[in-house]
Amino acid sequence: MSSVRILVGTRKGAFILGSDGTRKQWQVDGPHFGGWEIYHFKGSVADSDRLYVSQSNGWFGQLIQRSNDGGQTWETMGNEFAYDGLPGTHQWYDGTPHPWEFKRVWHLEPSLNDPDTVYAGVEDAALFRSSDGGRTWRELSGLRGHGSGARWQPGAGGMCLHTILLDPSIPGRIFVAISAAGAFRSDDDGKSWCPINRGLRSEYIPDPTADVGHCVHSIAMHRTRPQVLFMQKHWDVMRSDDAGESWREVSGNLPSDFGFPITVHAHEPETVYVVPIKSDREHYPPEGKLRVYRSRVGGDEWEPLTKGLPQQDCYVNVLRDAMAVDSLDACGLYFGTTGGQVYASADGGDNWTCIVRDLPAVLSIEVQTLS
Amino acid sequence: MIRVVLPGHLRTLAQVGAEVAVDVKGLATQRSVIDAIEARYPMLAGTLRDRATLRRRPFVRFFAGGQDLSHEPPDSPLPANVTTGLEAFLIVGAIAGG
Repeated sequence: MSSVRILVGTRKGAFILGSDGTRKQWQVDGPHFGGWEIYHFKGSVADSDRLYVSQSNGWFGQLIQRSNDGGQTWETMGNEFAYDGLPGTHQWYDGTPHPWEFKRVWHLEPSLNDPDTVYAGVEDAALFRSSDGGRTWRELSGLRGHGSGARWQPGAGGMCLHTILLDPSIPGRIFVAISAAGAFRSDDDGKSWCPINRGLRSEYIPDPTADVGHCVHSIAMHRTRPQVLFMQKHWDVMRSDDAGESWREVSGNLPSDFGFPITVHAHEPETVYVVPIKSDREHYPPEGKLRVYRSRVGGDEWEPLTKGLPQQDCYVNVLRDAMAVDSLDACGLYFGTTGGQVYASADGGDNWTCIVRDLPAVLSIEVQTLS
Repeated sequence: MIRVVLPGHLRTLAQVGAEVAVDVKGLATQRSVIDAIEARYPMLAGTLRDRATLRRRPFVRFFAGGQDLSHEPPDSPLPANVTTGLEAFLIVGAIAGG
């Protein structure tokens, strides 16, 4: 029988939530790395027992942990994220040049076919790759060096590379997103890059339609149709049907088009989920109601999903990496909140249960469907 | 041998007790002691000082003989009581965050 493992990164440690395929009873394992911030925690598709963790705190910096046995034991891997060559400068909040400085790893993306290859998206924004299971890291410096890097500027959370999507059908095609620079694509395994932000409009930057400078919060794709991308931008939910060459807004009837995560159903490429947040000043759901919104037609038309979610006095946030799906026949959907709750739906979002309530603030959620 | 007291998080990480002893080649300084710690416990590399700049992390402090040595140059000799093993070199995570 299949089972599901949820990998939860929180402000104070990592947790593993496990259930059989019914997804009714959940075991909570953790905290692992108690007291440390776990920005991201993800398993390899090629080897489900291979797990990678980004572990950091303000005292002792960045660590990478690896498990080869599904999280029973851990090994500290390499944490030398050295920018290639002279790092140069990007823009600071006030527009002045600021030197590139490594702060932390926001996202770890294992290769689709090699458990020893893993990508790391870091702050200050850059992409690194390890080909030895996380022992050593090498920057894919064509991203910072393609020409616009000096104009990138940090968002409120820092200048982070937070999204990495590996195209399953075109070898060497990688999408990344950076706050606040925008989305970028490589078609040659990370050697060279181009901005893919045509159609984005951001009123908070000097040129609202500039080629870079947009605060992209998250991007998602369906594995069977990777040329179609869905984006939650700082404001606006967007869609591209041409691998990012152009974007159009699909916010439609959402109560707010501000938010952080965006996710696609495991079996329905046109079914998309977002969690509207009231505004960039308030960072909690509109009207105190925690609602996931689902579009079954790829955007524009959205329906609220509320059964089992708090519909009054709820003022949590759901961060950009904190929503994911499983791949069971009835697609499961999961998200974690800054209030420490993890909610699950075993029916594509129609009904929700809180499977653990009082964790530290949830930073990331990833799901493994195990057979 | 130089006796070193590590902060709690790093003891957990290195799977050691409150105090470790490291063999330092040449003059015992902040730099040579951290070099020895990182060589003996590779999982601690980069936790006490920045990987790129080798500067002490801002919330990591060094004490010995009742003195805060955090702002001493990294190549200054450590106090005699530390080099002779009479007392430990204390590495402390600063109290911060309220």
